[in-house]
Amino acid sequence: MKFSSWILIFLVCNLTVSTISAFRLSRSQPTERISGSAGDVLEDDPVGRLKVFVYELPSKYNKKILQKDPRCLTHMFAAEIYMQRFLLSSPVRTLNPEEADWFYVPVYTTCDLTPNGLPLPFKSPRMMRSAIQLIASNWPYWNRTEGADHFFVVPHDFGACFHYQEEKAIGRGILPLLQRATLVQTFGQRNHVCLKEGSITVPPYAPPQKMQSHLIPEKTPRSIFVYFRGLFYDVGNDPEGGYYARGARAAVWENFKDNPLFDISTEHPTTYYEDMQRAIFCLCPLGWAPWSPRLVEAVIFGCIPVIIADDIVLPFADAIPWEDIGVFVDEKDVPYLDTILTSIPPEVILRKQRLLANPSMKQAMLFPQPAQPGDAFHQVLNGLARKLPHERNVYLRPGEKLLNWTAGPVADLKPW
Amino acid sequence: MKLSVFRLSYWNRRGISFRSSIASLDPSFDGGFSGKSSIFWLVIHALCCLISLILGFRFSHLVLFFLFSTSVTNLYTTPFLSPGSGGVSQLLRLKPLETTSSTVKSSRVVVGRHGIRIRPWPHPNPIEVMRAHQLLVRVQKEQKSLYGVRSPKTVIAVTPTYVRTFQALHLTGVMHSLMLVPYDLVWIVVEAGGTTDETASFIAKSGLKTIHIGFDQKMPNTWEDRHKLESQMRLHALRRVRDDKLDGIVMFADDSNMHSMELFDEIQTVKWFGALSVGILAHSGHAEELSSLLMNQVKSKGKPSMPIQGPSCDSSQKLVGWHVLNTLPYAKKTAAFTNDKATLMPSKMEWSGLVLNSRLLWKEPVVDKPTWVKDLNLLDDSEEMDSPLSLLKDPSMVEPLGSCGRHVLLWWLRVEARADSKFPPGWIINSPLEITVPSKRTPWPDSSSDLTVAIKEAKSGQSATERRSGKPRGSKSKSSKTKQEPKSF
Repeated sequence: MKFSSWILIFLVCNLTVSTISAFRLSRSQPTERISGSAGDVLEDDPVGRLKVFVYELPSKYNKKILQKDPRCLTHMFAAEIYMQRFLLSSPVRTLNPEEADWFYVPVYTTCDLTPNGLPLPFKSPRMMRSAIQLIASNWPYWNRTEGADHFFVVPHDFGACFHYQEEKAIGRGILPLLQRATLVQTFGQRNHVCLKEGSITVPPYAPPQKMQSHLIPEKTPRSIFVYFRGLFYDVGNDPEGGYYARGARAAVWENFKDNPLFDISTEHPTTYYEDMQRAIFCLCPLGWAPWSPRLVEAVIFGCIPVIIADDIVLPFADAIPWEDIGVFVDEKDVPYLDTILTSIPPEVILRKQRLLANPSMKQAMLFPQPAQPGDAFHQVLNGLARKLPHERNVYLRPGEKLLNWTAGPVADLKPW
Repeated sequence: MKLSVFRLSYWNRRGISFRSSIASLDPSFDGGFSGKSSIFWLVIHALCCLISLILGFRFSHLVLFFLFSTSVTNLYTTPFLSPGSGGVSQLLRLKPLETTSSTVKSSRVVVGRHGIRIRPWPHPNPIEVMRAHQLLVRVQKEQKSLYGVRSPKTVIAVTPTYVRTFQALHLTGVMHSLMLVPYDLVWIVVEAGGTTDETASFIAKSGLKTIHIGFDQKMPNTWEDRHKLESQMRLHALRRVRDDKLDGIVMFADDSNMHSMELFDEIQTVKWFGALSVGILAHSGHAEELSSLLMNQVKSKGKPSMPIQGPSCDSSQKLVGWHVLNTLPYAKKTAAFTNDKATLMPSKMEWSGLVLNSRLLWKEPVVDKPTWVKDLNLLDDSEEMDSPLSLLKDPSMVEPLGSCGRHVLLWWLRVEARADSKFPPGWIINSPLEITVPSKRTPWPDSSSDLTVAIKEAKSGQSATERRSGKPRGSKSKSSKTKQEPKSF
């Protein structure tokens, strides 16, 4: 009896010593765990939690389009291409559609590029419609649920509204055939027509190797207070200002162009990434659409993002507590940006930097090739897994029809 | 025509509902109307174009908007000040027509044209700027504590010096470098020929903790002897370190060297004995000689390279040898005397490329002192030491610094004036110079005669000096009134 109690005491002492040393180890790292509204889910592993079936579409929907213009692999809408490549070789993929929880339709709607490299969305509704007609006629799974367990990647400016102008996009609304499907898109704004309930917001694609190759030593002191490079006035489309960025970028320029704390200009320096690593705050204002790759760059380089876009929904908003990480400034408060930023207490700034230094945070914003655990692909799958199990109304009763196949502008009904 | 087509395409791009109201009015849309109405609209159109050209915004747009819109909600053309601190003036604020059109849920973000908000006093508030700088300092302090050196040690800099023409030049360089070092510093200055007030006052300006030691021998004239004396002076300083039991890292900051700030961060990582790479900027009084040497180098290797003294490692980052300057090409041409114009070569292993932990020197036993260090009492016996490497029994235990010698953190360049050169003490000229001679190219036109006169009179002696000092001043006042172009001789 006495001997076993001594053993117990010895074990307890060992445990406390080891936890103390573990605690000391974790204290030497300058990071904090990130847990959003869905809990501590950034590092979840989706394998085993869901099964995805990838439709085999004819190559005119994906491969041929990519062959026509390989620039699609490097621009900020490349997520749709890499998503398909990832799913094809991922362990969540299943070849048996009967056991699949989610169905993926690989169609590249954002790959019709102008000579300048900007995608034209005019043919995208027809392309999407034609793809859906194909899968509805060849497989029974679309009609079973009218698409409620299918997901699509639509990374364009306003998601499935398929237009780059906001008024036009609002006028068109989300493609009627996608009303029940889950959309994976970069666009996110609360109470907006083009953001469907239940969509998963992802970050825009930013080339991981390019960013990794521009890293500078971490002990380089951060000496720039606020950093921004980009347009303030879109002279080609909106010369007087007021439309572009809802006047917010122009307001930033007019108020802070002479302020020595603000390093802002329209130049394209070669040291853009290095400069971001030397700055404390990086402005991420809206442009024609509220999202931008600057958020991804700011997170990777440890620069606190200052998000100036009313009602924006940021990527993986349920997994990442953006309020704790970034600074949100209303568009009407832009003239007081310097007051707002200088009145943040230093402990808050240091905490934000610690959260940004968390490697799982940086990993969640990237689309690396090949996929790594915790990256954006896995976060998308985690998001899809959190939506399981499907509700009962996903499966339609026989004969029930909810989608209107002839809704939408007449031009969209033409075959592609 | 082009203008209207441009505006048409512009409106197309915007695609606003203005189109519906304007389409019926713009004469370029419909060609069917004829006669007076088309002329009337053309005139109105032209008038609006002119006004827009002058005023610079789409006046016609506004007029038509006023005339034909049904739901104008807000229009502010005058700036207004909101109550409270600071106001915001809005250039132009229009709400679009689509507030009535379909949005399922009401959003507080409206699409369309917004004003550009500018506050009336856009200049930065100085209190906020101060706060921003304090934030920067705090963030940088945190960065230093996270990624920089954990427990910085005192840097003990040993500098041998002596009073000479270029002493101020060299000492200023070293002093400023040491003043910028972010760690605690002790500066030991060993002066040949005993301590002088000149040197003492100079180093007192630095504000650093200094120890000024005198060494009772004068600097000799030959470079070889100078090197030997400097080694002895450094040994003397090391003895002082041992006697005072100074704790820290000893580095040799020769006053003619150039140090980078990363050097001081790098030497903090030394455990016992470290070696750095020193870039050798060999200097020659004959510029042509050196350039010919460089040309030879370029021909043979393709790139002029700077010779470097320092540790060399193999692929596993372990010390295997030393890079030492190959002095053979310069053997016959090295300077022997200080007045020699030939290339001055450094010694085989410069002291400044080596750093050591001061605990190596202490008499008392120290925890973890390595066994490959010789007995320190040798310091008292031997008066000569070529390089601190002779302190070690096993030179292979030296730690290579600066990513194994690949980073050059300091540069050696020995530039000295002639030993017999005269210079004003402290480089301050208190009294006017004895002889003033106008330069060859002078803006003062009358001084051409002065030039020849001056040369003649300089030869005659001092008696002419008072008169001379008056003349240039006189010509100066003359020329200040009249603008003259400089005459070329």
